[in-house]
Amino acid sequence: MHRDAFVAATRFGLGARPGDLHVIAPDPRGWLSAQLEGSDPVPEQMSHHGSSQDAIQAYASMRMLAEVDKAAARKDREAVFREEMAARCVVSATTERPFRERWVRYWSNHFTISATRKEVVALAGPYEREAIRPHCTGRFVELLQAAVLHPAMLLYLDNVRSVGPGSRAGRSGRRGLNENLAREVLELHTLGVSGGYEQADVEALARILTGWSVEPSVGGTQFSEKRHEPGRKRLLGKTYGEGHEGALAALEALSRHPATARNVATRLARHFIDDAPQPAAVDAIAKVFLDSEGDLVEVARAVIAQDAAWTPLTKVKSPEDLVLSTARALGYGREGEPMLTALRWLGQVPFSANSPQGFPDTAEGWLGPEALLTRIEWAEDVAGQAAHRVSAIELAEEVLGPVLDTVTRRAIASASPREALALLLASPTFQRR
Amino acid sequence: MPTRRAFLGGLATLPLLPRVALAGRGAGEARLVVLILRGGMDGLAAIPAVGDPHFRSARGAAVGPDETSALDGTFALHPGLAPLLPLWTADELAIVHAVGTPYLERSHFDAQDVLETGLTTPMASRSGWLNRALLGIDADAARAMALGRTVPRLLQGDAPVTSADPTREVRPQDAFLARVSELYRRDVAFDRAMQDALRAQAMLAKARGGTEMGLVAGRGRADTQRVSQIMGAVLADPEGPRIAVAELSGWDTHVGQDGALTRQLGALSDAIVALQETMGSVWEHTVVCAVSEFGRTVAGNGTGGTDHGTGGAALLAGGSLRGGRVYADWPGLAPSALLEGRDLRPTTDIRAVFKGLLRDHLGVPEGHLERVVFPDSATIEALRLV
Repeated sequence: MHRDAFVAATRFGLGARPGDLHVIAPDPRGWLSAQLEGSDPVPEQMSHHGSSQDAIQAYASMRMLAEVDKAAARKDREAVFREEMAARCVVSATTERPFRERWVRYWSNHFTISATRKEVVALAGPYEREAIRPHCTGRFVELLQAAVLHPAMLLYLDNVRSVGPGSRAGRSGRRGLNENLAREVLELHTLGVSGGYEQADVEALARILTGWSVEPSVGGTQFSEKRHEPGRKRLLGKTYGEGHEGALAALEALSRHPATARNVATRLARHFIDDAPQPAAVDAIAKVFLDSEGDLVEVARAVIAQDAAWTPLTKVKSPEDLVLSTARALGYGREGEPMLTALRWLGQVPFSANSPQGFPDTAEGWLGPEALLTRIEWAEDVAGQAAHRVSAIELAEEVLGPVLDTVTRRAIASASPREALALLLASPTFQRR
Repeated sequence: MPTRRAFLGGLATLPLLPRVALAGRGAGEARLVVLILRGGMDGLAAIPAVGDPHFRSARGAAVGPDETSALDGTFALHPGLAPLLPLWTADELAIVHAVGTPYLERSHFDAQDVLETGLTTPMASRSGWLNRALLGIDADAARAMALGRTVPRLLQGDAPVTSADPTREVRPQDAFLARVSELYRRDVAFDRAMQDALRAQAMLAKARGGTEMGLVAGRGRADTQRVSQIMGAVLADPEGPRIAVAELSGWDTHVGQDGALTRQLGALSDAIVALQETMGSVWEHTVVCAVSEFGRTVAGNGTGGTDHGTGGAALLAGGSLRGGRVYADWPGLAPSALLEGRDLRPTTDIRAVFKGLLRDHLGVPEGHLERVVFPDSATIEALRLV
């Protein structure tokens, strides 16, 4: 069997289940490409979870509660988060379209919001369902606008608190501009840190974004004229008028900027090719991004088309990759809670990155000595639960197939069943993708 | 800047077993702790320049602190740092104010990168200045450990370092670790992490063995304190690390700064006091250096907080220090003195602090300091802090 099947299943997908490699082997690229076609309805395991409107109203009404009830409301909020994140694990561990799921997760991390801020906890699930999933196979501009102007992002990066200094709400001088969202839009979501913008551009975009806030009584994003900075603003040499269209137009222009194409392509190549991707691959992906006007399906196909993307095992799995691929390999994907517990253990609870930069996407970010010990410890723990019902050597053939090396094979073959499975899960070959 | 291959390739020759060298007296006695305060600590709130005639008007009423303890005619201490007052009195606490990295923009990630690489632009190196400094000193003096789940950029690089998260108890079985280590031999990244982990485990186990550590699983402030206690214990061990790095996040106070900063500074004080108490007589040979990637805007923002700024303050503590003073070439807070009309102007390059500590405290040779550790810093004179 050709190793392309392994790459398709593991690097682009979320890890092979027994039997998957045989299904993929005849046409790995076609298997990936087909997953991008058609709409992507919210998977049924997540569809009964509440909307952002529910979460916002629950949060707003909490202010009126007595302290003791607030504690209960906080518990509820955390339960909502946990349930949906557990369901999300189940979806990923059982899906027939693992590349599509990885693609959704990838963009959720590009446009990171983090439950490290309490206002955002119950909005994490709705954010991905409402802003990311429906748009990450559309045009980048639509995804950008949906993500940046979603209540979760407006809350997470403080835009709800930003008030134009010259606006009606700002004239008292008590409240003013907050640059947080504007800065991250430029630095992370669009142009990238070396994308050629200046502090004045950050301030201009912050002024353009004033007024975009969250109205609890509506339960969603609402544009507030009262907080919007009047007058025209100049961002990257272009002038934007007053009003809510300013933000839409500015995001549209940013989405078309060549620096955005380069930033998006670099980050994609880092995720799908190598921690230090080849410039030629980045150039090729950036070109497709620009030529297709940010058609994200075309961009995904451009990533698949890079020869460099098919060299196996260049990437170290993130904890999420590791937990999901293990669950898929062992058929443990129907219970979400244990996977979520594992993610907590390994340091990657979904939507809990400690900065707007999101989770790291390099080996360096995940493979510190302490982190490695935790991975090994976890591999032992999983093996203790699963060894009685699988043969490690057969499983290794099924999920690693063509990349299973002799050293790993021999180590597995000469160990007790429990140790064999732990060795497989802890081996570099399984820990990479 | 080393290529990635060189960066990883140089590590294949690391010794397999933890180094258990006997500590000699002299150069190897010095202990350095770096606490990275992530998020941008508001130096003007931590160490307010209450004696500056423009302080009140420049800050505005939106952000405190309201009550402070005077340090000298100009500077005072935030109430959250009050537990450190005895150190100040004993000349074991020093402040470097109006300090900053050469990076003058306002991205956390880039500013942290510059703070930790010790270079002048972001993403210019994969190694940290502290790691490069280790390459210039005796191996005994260079034993370094990161306390936490990850090794920060500051300690990444060609010199071997260890890391360990002291808040976790369970460990894989030694026999299994040995088998896994065999599998990692041919994978440079995994092999390196594994060898580093084994070294750290040995140190930690030893430190734990000799102390009555409270094993209550804590969060937040209690966790910080406990990490500091364990850090103090490993540093006090003659065979333990000489250099330790830990991180304290949560300083990005855009909103509701007063409450958040009181908690943060309280945790920082706890950490320093815990180190002092746990290290015993070794505290005499110690410098603790708490630094952040940038300061914050001089004026409060519209949301009871402050936004990303430039100049800030660094806190130093320890028995080796020439303390009881604020090191500052104070630029003042008059509107015309501010950087871009909004930030405290950094007048001391943070590398002056690092260079001073490396040269005078750890004994890093000047040539190595100038060529390898801070290659773009010829014009920056080391501060005499010890």
